[in-house]
Order: sequence, then structure tokens, then C-alpha cells
Amino acid sequence: MSKKQKESLARILISAALLIAASLLPSEGWVRLAIFLVPYGIVGWDVLWKAVRNIAHGQVFDENFLMALATVGALVLGEYSEAVGVMLFYQVGELFQSVAVGRSRQSIAQLMDIRPDSANVLRDGTAVETDPEEVAVGEAILIRPGEKIPLDGVVREGSSALDTAALTGESIPRDIAVGDEVVSGCVNLTGVLTVEVTKPFGESTVAKILELVENAASKKAKAENFITKFARYYTPAVVIGAVLLAVIPPLFVGSWSEWIHRALIFLVISCPCALVISIPLSFFGGIGGASRQGVLVKGGNYLELLAKLETVVFDKTGTLTEGVFQLRALYPAEGVSESELLEAAALAECHSGHPIAQSLRRAYGREIDPDRVSNVTETPGQGVSAVVDGAQIHAGNEKLMAALGIAPDRGGDTGTVVYVARNGKYLGRAVIADGVKPSAPAAIAALKARGIRTVMLTGDSQAAAEAVAGSLGIDQVHAQLLPGDKVEQLETLLGTKSSKGTLAYVGDGVNDAPVLSRADIGIAMGAMGSDAALEAADIVLMDDDLTKLSAAMDISRKCLRIVRQNIVFALGIKALFLLLGAFGLASMWEAVFADVGVAVLAILNASRMLGKK
Amino acid sequence: MKKTYKLIDLDCANCAQKMEDAIKKLDGVTDASVSFLMQKMTIETDGDEAQLNELMKKVVKTCRRVEPDCQIVL
Repeated sequence: MSKKQKESLARILISAALLIAASLLPSEGWVRLAIFLVPYGIVGWDVLWKAVRNIAHGQVFDENFLMALATVGALVLGEYSEAVGVMLFYQVGELFQSVAVGRSRQSIAQLMDIRPDSANVLRDGTAVETDPEEVAVGEAILIRPGEKIPLDGVVREGSSALDTAALTGESIPRDIAVGDEVVSGCVNLTGVLTVEVTKPFGESTVAKILELVENAASKKAKAENFITKFARYYTPAVVIGAVLLAVIPPLFVGSWSEWIHRALIFLVISCPCALVISIPLSFFGGIGGASRQGVLVKGGNYLELLAKLETVVFDKTGTLTEGVFQLRALYPAEGVSESELLEAAALAECHSGHPIAQSLRRAYGREIDPDRVSNVTETPGQGVSAVVDGAQIHAGNEKLMAALGIAPDRGGDTGTVVYVARNGKYLGRAVIADGVKPSAPAAIAALKARGIRTVMLTGDSQAAAEAVAGSLGIDQVHAQLLPGDKVEQLETLLGTKSSKGTLAYVGDGVNDAPVLSRADIGIAMGAMGSDAALEAADIVLMDDDLTKLSAAMDISRKCLRIVRQNIVFALGIKALFLLLGAFGLASMWEAVFADVGVAVLAILNASRMLGKK
Repeated sequence: MKKTYKLIDLDCANCAQKMEDAIKKLDGVTDASVSFLMQKMTIETDGDEAQLNELMKKVVKTCRRVEPDCQIVL
């Protein structure tokens, strides 16, 4: 509790004790009023003072003014203990609110605790501790184990493991060595690193993420806008209702003090605070919780859209698949070993720049001595032939084998197949394909379990597309699309969804900015360190883990559920007490309970969004 | 240009909303947002640094009228 809150608590306790004492003292008339004014003044002087001051500033429907009017009204009517009690409970409620909001604010700050405090710059051979903002591009910084990486850069010396959890939610450390890029906000775990800074702090990943998350609050969700509008009209409407209630019924039935008393109850319930605080708090908590898992949501409105997700459209290459050709399988002929087959293929392809050749050499993994290879000839559309260690090697497709008079064995492989022969004798085949990401099957299954339609768009061939879609269980495939066709296809898909549901497009943010912006929600992935993706998308998955999609959906649904609960609960209770008050069934005590109690409960409900997960 | 200021003693969410509405109506302010949760205010204007500083005087005045307890850290 802050000093201000402790002070407020002390005033509440003293005033409560004095109120009890005053109620027990036998007194009458002016003396009794004077006795009650003591606890009233102690607990409520600031409310009265603010009310007067704010009226002077032209702020009429201010909550202080309304509370002051209600309690002074009660004093005038001779309801002394009620007046003090209402003021007392109002202050208790304010204190609760202030503590609850303070707590939430703290946990949000913890969620976003990725800002580095200092950087150790190497100047003239010694490490100088400075503000990260004062480090220039090209300078070297020293990062010791346990420290946060303050700026984006490239490792020049040392190797270590990085904890990227604050950015990506991924708990497995990432190994880095000389030449690797490091991203600010990660924590250095094991070794001392010297890093050359590549971006000023203002453009670093950490600064960008913080800016995004903090600005997220300004993109308001529909529910938030509704509450803002509602708050603008609610208070004046209730106050006008109070005036009417105080004036009109007594003209017909008399008993002025009774109706004024009922009108004062209206004033007590007229503050919209519960809603105005708890709704943004829920969204903010949702955005904070998502960022904790490595999902950046750029605004409450996107959280709202995400909760109504109906269709997810994926780009294939680089999103569902790794985007890299890799050797998937080796099928050596009888009497040939796998390594023999791979070595022959890799050496024969050693001069080719084709992605297939590159993936073979990568799989081979050893240094290739070019002297072992001679007489390389490439036959376009077929493959290569070369003399390796004195033997004639052919590596290529079926046509090349046919030209050699070899009938290769066939499997139902998906991907590109390279057949290899040595001196006219078949050695076997190597299958090269772009592999599905390890997280993709689980991610698609999780989306399906939530009733989401999945669609895949790709520029790739129908066969390759269907192979990937089939293995993942994707509902719809559109293949052989040119970049422009993707937007068109997306338009068609947008037309087929229901009016309430939303459509998200998931891409890597490299070439699909138009599609990302056309979809209801553009989701870019693998964005750690990629500015293009951070800017183009509405929601950003920091790492490559597709299962974060369903995690983000769950967060958004939970958030929207809490928002709905709060709106219904707060409005319902207020409406109920306005009715009870109008018919004289609620006392002012109950009204103030309804008002501050609802606010505190709504805030507590909203703070569930901040809970650890 | 766009600048963010820290706010001290911004105590009620409704007041934050009222401050935001009032600041948005000021001449020269293209956009403004007051975040009760972050205790921050962001002002956007077409003018340069000097004009912004001039503008901030008006903003401070407006805030004092709407919510006298709240201070802007300039």
C-alpha cells in the first residue's frame, strides 16, 4: 500500500470508530448533528473539497460532487448515521479500487519487464556502464551471464545460451556463437559475450515491442468504445432521473422527504467507474498475458476479433513448412550404404547452386575436396554427371536414369527425388522436400478442436500442396497461386464466412503484406528481429511456434468472457438498485454497497486476466 | 510529432477519459490518448518540438481544470 492509501485507511478506521461512538451517545438536535459531523468530516473532507473545486471548474457530473450531494442531502433530511456510513463505504470502495488497480498495474509492469536498465560498452578496452540509449551503432558491448541483452547486435566473441522466454514464451534456451544475431530482451545464461551493436536502442526489438504493447491500449475494442459512450450518458441520465424522482411524485402523493431520500439513492449509484476501469483492464491484461507467451497483439480490437475467429488461412512455405529444402530420406540400392549414396550425390552436385544440390551438400556435412571431382556436365531438366574419384557418377531425375537405361525403384515419395548411378549401376535415391514444421500438426489439430476452418494458400504445385495439407488435415487447399491471386482468393474466402465470424491470415510477413492487411486479422510469425513482420501484422507470433495461435485464441476468448461478465454484472446490479431505490426498497447503505462493491468485484474479475498461466 | 508524458496521481478511470476528451478538442492536437493503466498520456500534433511545448501549456491547463489532482511530468 502506498502512503496515500495508508492515510486513507487510517481515516476510515478513525471515522468508523467515531461513527459507532456517535450512534451510541444519547443526544438530540443540533448537538447530535455536530457529533456526527466529526466522523463525516474526517472521512469525507476531501470529497467535499473536490466537489466544490470541480464545480468551480465547470465539472458538474463529477463523482465527488454526486457523493457530496447525496450525503449532504441525507444530513439535511436528518439521516445522520446514514450520511456518514455512505461516505465511509464510498471511501472504503475507493481504497479497494485503488489497491486492486495498483496491483494489476504492477503485474502488468512485471509482464513487460523486458526493458534493459544498462549496457556495458567496451570503450578503450574497459567496460563502461551506460544507458542503452547512449550506445552507438558499431560499438561493442559486453554481456555477462545473467544479464539482459540491452541492444540488438551480432556476437563477435564468446558463445552462450540465451533465455528468450520474455520475448517468445519459449522455455528452452537457444544456443548462440560467434556470428549469430542476438536480440535485445533475451537473457544471457552461461557465457560472457561481446556483441557488436547493429541498431540504436530506439529501433531495437525491445523498444519496438514495448512501444507496440503500450500503444495497444489506444486501439480500443468495440466493448471499450461502448463503455466510454455509455459512461458519457449514464451519469447525466441518472442525475436527471434523480431530479425527476425528487420533484414529480411528491406533487401527486406528497411526502417530499421520502422522495428526496429515494432520489439521493440514485445519485449514489450514478458513477460508471466499475465499467470504466474494469473493461480496459481486462483487455490490457489480455494483451499483457498474450505477450508473455510470445504473442504480440496490437490492440484490444484485435483481441475481440480473435475471439470470434472462424477461418484461419495459412501460407504454406515458411509458415506451415520450414521453407527450406532438406534431405528427408535415403533409399540405397541393395549392397550400397546410405553414406556411400549420399557422398556420391553430394560430390557430383558440388558445383551446383540449385537448392536441391545445396541441401544434399548440407546433409553430407563434410568439407568437399574439389580435386576429387572433375568433368562436371549439367543436363538441364535432367541432372548432372561428373567423374568422382575416377568413377562416373550420374545424379538426376528419372529421365536421366532412363537415358542410362536404368529403371530406378519408386516409392510414393513426396518431394523431389534425386536418383544416383555409379558407372551405369544404380546406387539409390535421395528424397528432398520442404518439411512440415514440428509444431504444425498440433497447431492445426488444436484449431480444429476449437471449430476453426483451416485453409492453405500456396504458389506451389497442387501435388506438393495436397501432400502437406493431407498430412496436417487442412480443410481446404488452393495451390499454384501467383502473389496477386492470394489476395483474390482471400477475398473469396472472406465472402464465404459468416457475418459475425472473422478470418485470420497467417504468413511470415515477408512477401504477403497485402494479404496480411486485407484479412480481418493479419498474423505474422517468426518475427523476432524482423521489422517487416512487426509492422505489417495485427498480431505477431514472436517465434515459429504455430501452437501459439490456439493459445492466443484461448486468451482472447477468456478476455472477452470476462468483459461480457463485467458489463452484464455491473449494468445489471446498477439497474436493479435503481429500480429498488425508485420503489423505496433499497436503503442508501445498500446502494453504496452496490456501487463500490460492483466496482471492486469487476476489477477483481478483470485481474484474472493477469493471472499466471 | 508524437510524445508520451508520464502522469502522477491519475486516480480515476473516468477522469482519464474526460481528460482525453478535453485534450482532443484543443486546437493543434491531432490525437491524444490518456492511459489510466499505464499512467501515461500520448499527444500527437502536426507541429514541431517548439510548437508542441507551447501546446503542452494548454494541455496542462486543461488537465488542471478537469482533474486538478493529476500532474503531468514535462
